[in-house]
Amino acid sequence: MTDPEMSEIVYARDVPAERPWSRVLKKGQTLRIIDSKGQQAVDALLYSADDPVERYSAQDTLRVQGAAYVELGTQLISNKGRVMARITADSCGRHDTSAGCCSCESNAVRFGEATKYQHACRENFILELSKHGLTKRDIVSNLNFFMNVPIDPAGNFTVVDGISAPGNHVDVTADMDVLFVISNCPQVNNPCNGFNPTPIRVEIRDAPEP
Amino acid sequence: MIDNTKVQMAEANRRRYEELRAAGQELTPKGLPAPTALDGAPIAPDAVVLREQVPAGWYATLRLRRGEGLRIVDDSGCSSVSLIGWREEDTSERINCADTVKVQWSAALSKGRVVLSDMGRVMLSLIEDTSGAHDLLVGGSTPASTLATFGAAARNTQENFLAAASKVGLDIRDIPPCITFFAPVLPDAAGRFVWFGNRKRPGDFVDLRAEMNLIVVVSNCAHPLDPARPSASGPVTLIKHRAQPASGDDACRTASPEATRAFAFTDRLFA
Repeated sequence: MTDPEMSEIVYARDVPAERPWSRVLKKGQTLRIIDSKGQQAVDALLYSADDPVERYSAQDTLRVQGAAYVELGTQLISNKGRVMARITADSCGRHDTSAGCCSCESNAVRFGEATKYQHACRENFILELSKHGLTKRDIVSNLNFFMNVPIDPAGNFTVVDGISAPGNHVDVTADMDVLFVISNCPQVNNPCNGFNPTPIRVEIRDAPEP
Repeated sequence: MIDNTKVQMAEANRRRYEELRAAGQELTPKGLPAPTALDGAPIAPDAVVLREQVPAGWYATLRLRRGEGLRIVDDSGCSSVSLIGWREEDTSERINCADTVKVQWSAALSKGRVVLSDMGRVMLSLIEDTSGAHDLLVGGSTPASTLATFGAAARNTQENFLAAASKVGLDIRDIPPCITFFAPVLPDAAGRFVWFGNRKRPGDFVDLRAEMNLIVVVSNCAHPLDPARPSASGPVTLIKHRAQPASGDDACRTASPEATRAFAFTDRLFA
């Protein structure tokens, strides 16, 4: 198979710190997410472009995989049990799908009521999903690329310093046409963004010529 | 100058995070109540509102008023019980497993812990729990998981949730990730999920107190990682009862600063 590096980039954008982004990936296309400055969590949701009722399911993904972290080879499974996309390259090695996204409401519980009035991923998701006719009701437990959340055998669940270096990337190749939605995480109260949210870059490549 | 301020803020936020983590993972667990004894916490007969036995493979939907309790008993020690729930007055508010584990710094629910909604409020408190072995990461069985296990279609939690949601006017978009009680599964050091079957006993129960008006669905289907499936099945008993409302010094409310804040935000719904 041809290295996807060889395929032409058909779309590229820098996503500013704290901002959302979305785009439909055609089946076979590969989205590369680049952690431009390092230690930047990228929250992500996937919906079937044909029928958004079918959407990414974190629990189905972990059940099928039998393991708790997202890495090279992980199949991203829908709520209807189908493979939506898979991780086809990964120079970071550790991604989460158990910790969900930050919200004004959960920030207030975790870090005190003063943090309620800080921008959060769920605000990004709501605004970006509204462009596609979707609402808060459609937000499910998401992927967190470049976010390091070890779960120890006793159950301790901790967001710790990210291990992604500047320029690290993860490739997601679509198995169906998917609406891919990103929140470039604005969280400043835990180490998921090194306490300093930074820009990321997204690139889309077509499937390699057969 | 600006950069200096930014660096100082980042350092202050990191210090606060480390303090919260130490409190959440070192101090809070020491203060949690011991597990309930298998023959402990009897419910007075006149406090029982409803008692129902749910056969293996089936589900039940219950409406719980704030302050009501739901006891779920694994009669045979072979069952796992998956649960989802919505706020009755606004079903877009629903249980959130991710926030539940993240806010409490632990994927291990036990007596004294709470189940949070996506709106930073407490939906359910674990006021009694003999087991302490529950799953919030892997979820329930599905058509695909039962097909892989049984080689044929079989009753499963996802279709149970779908049927139950439909009967209260909701649909597949309203089904959030679920909690599964009596499902002792956690990742090992390499991240692989491990099933601890010796942590299941006949008669294990949890007692959940509703902290807001709720619609909950429970599904009595074998957990997809239970190696004893498909033989892992048995009835579960549900007892809806009048519990004591969460007082100011309630063990779940005071378990951690995070829980105290979540209770305070919940109380505002009823202020």
